[in-house]
Amino acid sequence: MPLIRATGAVDDPWRFVQDEEPLPEAGAVIVTLARWQANRDQLTARPTPLGLRLKSDQPPSLIAGDIERFDIIALEFPKFTNGRAYSSARLLRERYGFRGELRAVGNVLRDQLAFMRRCGFDSFEIPPQVDAAAWLSSLGGISVVYQPATDERASVLTLRHGTPKGQGRGDARAHSRDPVAPTPSSPTRVG
Amino acid sequence: MYRYDDYDQTLVNERVEQFRDQVNRRVAGELSDDEFKPLRLTNGLYLQLHAYMLRIAVPYGTLSTLQLRKLAEIARRYDKGYGHFTTRQNLQFNWIRLEDTPDILAELATVEMHAIQTSGNCIRNVTADHFAGVAGDEIEDPRIYCEIIRQWSTFHPEFSFLPRKFKIAVTGSPHDRAAVKVHDIGLRMHRNEAGEIGFEVLVGGGQGRTPVIAKTIRPFLPKRHLLSYLEAILRIYNQLGRRDNLYKARIKILVDSVGADRFTQLVEEEWQQIRDGYLDLPAAEIERIRGFFAPPPYRTLDAHVPEYEGALRRDLRFARWVRTNVTPHKRRGYAIVTLSLKPTGGIPGDATDAQMDAIADLADRYGFGEVRVSHEQNLVLPDVAQADLYELWKQLETLELATPNIGLAGDIIACPGLDYCALANARSIPVAQQISRHFSDLTKLLDIGELKIKISGCINACGHHHVGHIGILGVDKHGSEFYQITLGGSADENASIGDIVGPSFGAAEVVDAVETIIDTYLHVRADGERFLDTYRRVGLKPFKEKLYAAH
Amino acid sequence: MALQVVTANRLGDGRVVFLADGYRWVEEIGLARVGETEEAATALLAIAEKAAADRIIVAPYLIGVSTDGDRITPTRYREVLRARGPSSHPEFGRPPSATAAAHR
Repeated sequence: MPLIRATGAVDDPWRFVQDEEPLPEAGAVIVTLARWQANRDQLTARPTPLGLRLKSDQPPSLIAGDIERFDIIALEFPKFTNGRAYSSARLLRERYGFRGELRAVGNVLRDQLAFMRRCGFDSFEIPPQVDAAAWLSSLGGISVVYQPATDERASVLTLRHGTPKGQGRGDARAHSRDPVAPTPSSPTRVG
Repeated sequence: MYRYDDYDQTLVNERVEQFRDQVNRRVAGELSDDEFKPLRLTNGLYLQLHAYMLRIAVPYGTLSTLQLRKLAEIARRYDKGYGHFTTRQNLQFNWIRLEDTPDILAELATVEMHAIQTSGNCIRNVTADHFAGVAGDEIEDPRIYCEIIRQWSTFHPEFSFLPRKFKIAVTGSPHDRAAVKVHDIGLRMHRNEAGEIGFEVLVGGGQGRTPVIAKTIRPFLPKRHLLSYLEAILRIYNQLGRRDNLYKARIKILVDSVGADRFTQLVEEEWQQIRDGYLDLPAAEIERIRGFFAPPPYRTLDAHVPEYEGALRRDLRFARWVRTNVTPHKRRGYAIVTLSLKPTGGIPGDATDAQMDAIADLADRYGFGEVRVSHEQNLVLPDVAQADLYELWKQLETLELATPNIGLAGDIIACPGLDYCALANARSIPVAQQISRHFSDLTKLLDIGELKIKISGCINACGHHHVGHIGILGVDKHGSEFYQITLGGSADENASIGDIVGPSFGAAEVVDAVETIIDTYLHVRADGERFLDTYRRVGLKPFKEKLYAAH
Repeated sequence: MALQVVTANRLGDGRVVFLADGYRWVEEIGLARVGETEEAATALLAIAEKAAADRIIVAPYLIGVSTDGDRITPTRYREVLRARGPSSHPEFGRPPSATAAAHR
């Protein structure tokens, strides 16, 4: 599935391994929560980066203690109408301090990208054959945000009154860094 | 009333262009109907029985005369010369073309209006007491907080794909004219022991398939915590509300299934994590918005108004109108006037473009340029000097806006029903018209007294029938229109859900059934006892017996 | 045997339309193509689905009708209202048309 970030279309260095598939010896893989819980030791012993994919009914609290293990967490939108993952994303960033890549997968629509990004998503799996550039242009649709969220955009409350309190987390931890820079915690992380 | 600053205006302007682009993409085939539908819904555009219907937001039911004139213009240019005021204080146009909608929204933006989030699974129009700011029993103007909530909820990135729609209402008076107890979140402003003003927070009220009275989850919430607390509630709902069944997805179902205590605990736990942070409501913002709701330049008037008192004595028809359609104002010498959009045999809540323009003129001439929309589908001129009431009344009569029936059996609330709505099972407008014509004798109406009849064309209860003193629900029985009657509902601070009387009535029988109910009431009531109180005293039995005596 | 016609709403203005001859969409139900068999009705619906994909109409579906000479009347009252207009505003209504077109 094609992948985009705010900067544009990117290659996907990750491989999602289904539960029935055997786990490759090495390589950056994303596994389901069920797999993580069943094969935890095996997964943590692997030398390469690890990612987790959560279903919409699997709240982040289930992995609160293991956040540091994952370089990427993929949150599923089973239908675009199911908005649970917006809350999961915010909690992962703001409650549990997740600093890796947060990816939206599943039924992702162009007109949702701006909301997703505000909730802390970095990357978005999009349908094949869509115009990635056109999709990304939706990120800039509305330049004013009324309410603070996970991202660093200043809410109108802040702009009106200059109070730092109205500014979401107010820092760049809302999003993981772009792939070019490897993160200190996992030097073998694939770009 | 609130006036946009550059930020507010930029947002609506950009939204118009965004929607224009979305419409273009739809017409060009880049968006399927399934993908386009949620986008048009969050701009208030429904596909109804006959055409597109556009639901325009009237935040907390307050309109400037400039805005009302613009609505009249839109009715003329883009619709068939009329609009329908709804039970959530909004305005609906029934004959809209998709192709015109971006232009309509652009026109609305020029007068600080929009149709944002008037549909869809998101936070809808925040409604309030239609007498806000002028009612004698008011503790604080709830519209200040409605505006704050409106902004916080607009394009909220986390809460734009909720399990289902979300409705919030705020009352600033102990007498609840905003029906907070049948909303997803109701906020009741009141003072604590220390004399501070804050909110009682109620959650999980609602009508529709499973009507429920809201539960109090927090007796007193200080103002600065308003947004963080709402965010906690919405986050719990967004995470735990059901996604598998549209009919079980409202927050009332969640509160019911986990229990009010457990729900409260979940909210409080989440709130403890986010309180006192970036969602703290700055006092400066409350004061900034309060400034927009400051009292208008009232004149200092005498309590004794000879021209008004003289007219009351001379003109009995005027006196009758005052008795039902005029409410005391908190400022001496002024009055609150309700314009009845329920002429005998008319369509409840409809107003023509000519009426809208005329009302705007009257609001400028006899007020301070402001009009209110009530959830009972009438309009209000909130600040009329008593000395002007007689002149105003004469003009309202020529406009057919002075039927002296407010709060009486002729003041019927009805959803558009099967005549317009794709969701409906039966028509509601003809039933309202028949009842209205049947009870057109104004003397009789006064004798019957306060009686709120509310009619819904389907289980979605947009006519609020569950909280009608007499509620009527249209159903489809073997392809024919039947009507189920409920009794004893109420939307105020003593809220109750109506009780079903028994088997439904055919379209030809329903008016007789209502007559039987009213006759029964007249027969058993105590002196001066209103319908609702009689019902609460004697119960369903006498009514049921009379209604089904023949069967 | 159930007679059926295809109805939908026009994309641009949302108006109620019926599938007529020559792939046209008309507001007069009397001009609608009547499917007299299940196969005929299914074929009409397929034409309609193509029109939806071509963005002429949205949400097409089949409705049962009865015919009386040239008049076509829907079976369900909801569809009568869609065809004729709201009973509460007869001035916006459309009288039933006199011309019918039946097809197998």
